[in-house]
Amino acid sequence: MKLIVSFLVYLLVSIATPGFAASGKVHLDSVDIDLSDKASLQRGAKIFMNYCLSCHSAAYMRYNRMGKDLGLSDAQVTESLMFASDKVGDTMTIAMRPKDAKKWFGVVPPDLSVISRARGTEWLYTYLRSYYLDINKPLGTNNLVFKDVGMPHVMWQEQGYVRKDSDNKLHALTGDQATAFEYNMMVRDLVNFLAYIGEPSKIQRLALGKWVLLYLALFFFVAYPLKKIFWEDVH
Amino acid sequence: MRLLTWIDARFPASKLWNEHLAEYYAPKNFNFWYFFGSLALLILVLQIVTGIFLTMHYKPDTSLAFASVEYIMRDVQWGWLIRYLHSTGASAFFVVVYLHMFRGLIYGSYKQPRELVWIFGMLIYVALMAEAFMGYLLPWGQMSYWGAQVIISLFGAIPYIGEGLALWIRGDFVVADATLNRFFAFHVIAVPLVLLGLVVAHIIALHEVGSNNPDGVEIKKLKDENGIPVDGIAFHPYYSVKDLVGVIVFLFIFSIILFYMPEMGGWFLEKDNFIPADPLKTPEHIVPLWYFTPFYAILRAVPDKLFGVLAMGGAIVVLFLLPWLDRSPVKSIRYRGPLFKIALSLFTISFIALGYLGTQPATGLYTLMAQIFSVIYFSFFLFMPLYTAIDKDKPVPHRVS
Amino acid sequence: MTNTVDVDKRRFLTNATTVVGGIGAIAVAIPFISSLSPSARAEAAGAPVTLDISKLEVGQMITIEWRGKPVWVLRRTDETLSTLSTLVDRLRDPDSDNPDQQPDYCKNPGRSIRDDILVLVGICTHLGCSPTHRPELAPDDLGEDWKGGFFCPCHGSKFDLAGRVYSGLPAPSNLVVPPHHFVGNSQLLIGADPVGYA
Repeated sequence: MKLIVSFLVYLLVSIATPGFAASGKVHLDSVDIDLSDKASLQRGAKIFMNYCLSCHSAAYMRYNRMGKDLGLSDAQVTESLMFASDKVGDTMTIAMRPKDAKKWFGVVPPDLSVISRARGTEWLYTYLRSYYLDINKPLGTNNLVFKDVGMPHVMWQEQGYVRKDSDNKLHALTGDQATAFEYNMMVRDLVNFLAYIGEPSKIQRLALGKWVLLYLALFFFVAYPLKKIFWEDVH
Repeated sequence: MRLLTWIDARFPASKLWNEHLAEYYAPKNFNFWYFFGSLALLILVLQIVTGIFLTMHYKPDTSLAFASVEYIMRDVQWGWLIRYLHSTGASAFFVVVYLHMFRGLIYGSYKQPRELVWIFGMLIYVALMAEAFMGYLLPWGQMSYWGAQVIISLFGAIPYIGEGLALWIRGDFVVADATLNRFFAFHVIAVPLVLLGLVVAHIIALHEVGSNNPDGVEIKKLKDENGIPVDGIAFHPYYSVKDLVGVIVFLFIFSIILFYMPEMGGWFLEKDNFIPADPLKTPEHIVPLWYFTPFYAILRAVPDKLFGVLAMGGAIVVLFLLPWLDRSPVKSIRYRGPLFKIALSLFTISFIALGYLGTQPATGLYTLMAQIFSVIYFSFFLFMPLYTAIDKDKPVPHRVS
Repeated sequence: MTNTVDVDKRRFLTNATTVVGGIGAIAVAIPFISSLSPSARAEAAGAPVTLDISKLEVGQMITIEWRGKPVWVLRRTDETLSTLSTLVDRLRDPDSDNPDQQPDYCKNPGRSIRDDILVLVGICTHLGCSPTHRPELAPDDLGEDWKGGFFCPCHGSKFDLAGRVYSGLPAPSNLVVPPHHFVGNSQLLIGADPVGYA
């Protein structure tokens, strides 16, 4: 009996995480995702368009939807954020053909529309900050979170060079606190944006929830007295 | 002439209304466990309606399926809501159905004369598992694809005909476009029709003999001068009004999940399913949806492929036999002896434990525990003719309490 | 067991529950019914199209697709414009009285914003064939009175160079003028009314 009870307790405690991080052992840093922070999302959009959209598509995300949700006009979107398409109603596709991508990078850079739902925001935040110099790799960098990843450190100019020591700890070679802080903020904005494009309707979903619950509570407060008054007949 | 009279002369509208609602006398002592039948019916309707609207936009083609789901989530007006209703509804269906079945176990609702109600119910459960399994292939994510690949290849374990059978089911050498299209046809129309037919049969069989109750007392044995059971009350208005409250409470909990955590931490919408299916890349952990995990654990507990499949199938088949394995004349757990109470507790614990173990890798301690709990699971049934016959049951009252 | 049933309270609660439930039922129906409306993808595909008309020569016609339909853009000559008024007797709806066939700002003799640029949906108003552009004067098959226009080969309907339908032939109404406007001198935007148009 005791064995069963203690096993059940163990079960309940460990039941919290059904998913498994592909990286396994690396600790994932937490990141503050705030979809109501439009300024952050706008900054993230800019970073995404400038750094990511050349190799990665976001084929399920429409420019004008992004504009609407981020508080930007169609004109603002077209002028500042559209490099790969010309119509604001288009989706964020890229010109690079998968066949060519495979040849050049060894793997097709995955579409990023739902990457935040597949990998999780903590994984993305940690991954983008875990690149380090590695002379054994053709592109010069490797990553603690995704070993031997084919993607180069696209934002190296923002972060500066990072070295890995024998204890698998990373050290920024610039040694500049401000740079490190700014880079983290930049990645945070980008991951915030990726979280947004992962599920643009999340904002609407969260907003609607409380009204539905309020309505059901109201419904309960007429339906329950109705039940009680009929059930006075019984017994 | 009143409209109703005109209709009644041509169609038994009033007769059906009375027989099944206004003059269907149900025991007056239904408790919490008796909400789940009507909730299951509600969810069935929900799944069918949301399913119809999803079918308007979904594309059952391997090159279009994943994109069409994201199209629904983003471009279709309110598509995200319809999709989440359907995915949350699927998990809710199993929560409700498991609680509904558990009620059957604790109150002996499967016992004579309700064996057919139980059989139809078990057939519904099997059809529901098939429906959910095939539905999960449709988004064509990594988990969709590999889950289907693993489960269909189990058929290959059958001697002689196995490989040919798996090939025939898939319509191709691996899970492919042919498989996706036929699963779509089954999921959208074939199995729902079967489900509806079985639900109708289930309710007709129940109404033929009358409902059981938490005391396991047959209310039809004591009728008043009008032929109405003294412990019975008309389903309408008493249980329609009570079930309405049950529906509202259920919808409240359902809405919390739907609006605030539809993924349920990866339990209802698995993370790997947001990656398009890739036949060349197997995910690290292939986990079936949570409601299949107890049977998945039993499958993996047996080291032999064929016997594992037989054990998994056997775990479901053995449930069908319940009415005949149970030798006690007492229906409700309230009046059962200690042996049945212990056996049922062990069974419940092992079902939940197996469910958890089905989500974990099949190694070391996990496999051992799965084997132990599988033995307990089967023992509940295999030893039932013995312990229910010798159990010291309490006397059953004549009236409900 | 109580013998007095408070019928009024029962009726009140039943009605209240029905009303609240009814509101919920309608609220739930709205998303489902809306989901049938054009999706964002359909809206994007049906978005206005822009055409550069700076290179469009006099007498030349371009066909461009908008919402799956062929749209003709024709640069008319001055002679064409002067012949339009002479055809009035032969036309079914010379003054474009049917409001369904053109926006208000094209209810004029030329059925256009600018005299020289005609914009029409190239679908015959009879049964949907696409008429041919017949700008030449008095060809053999169309007779001496033909002053240029569009001829539908399916059932013989004829339209002039303002898209107005000739009487005595099956097509019931003038060719449709789609919403459109000009951006500067050289850009034609098809599918959107002029800015500020109510």
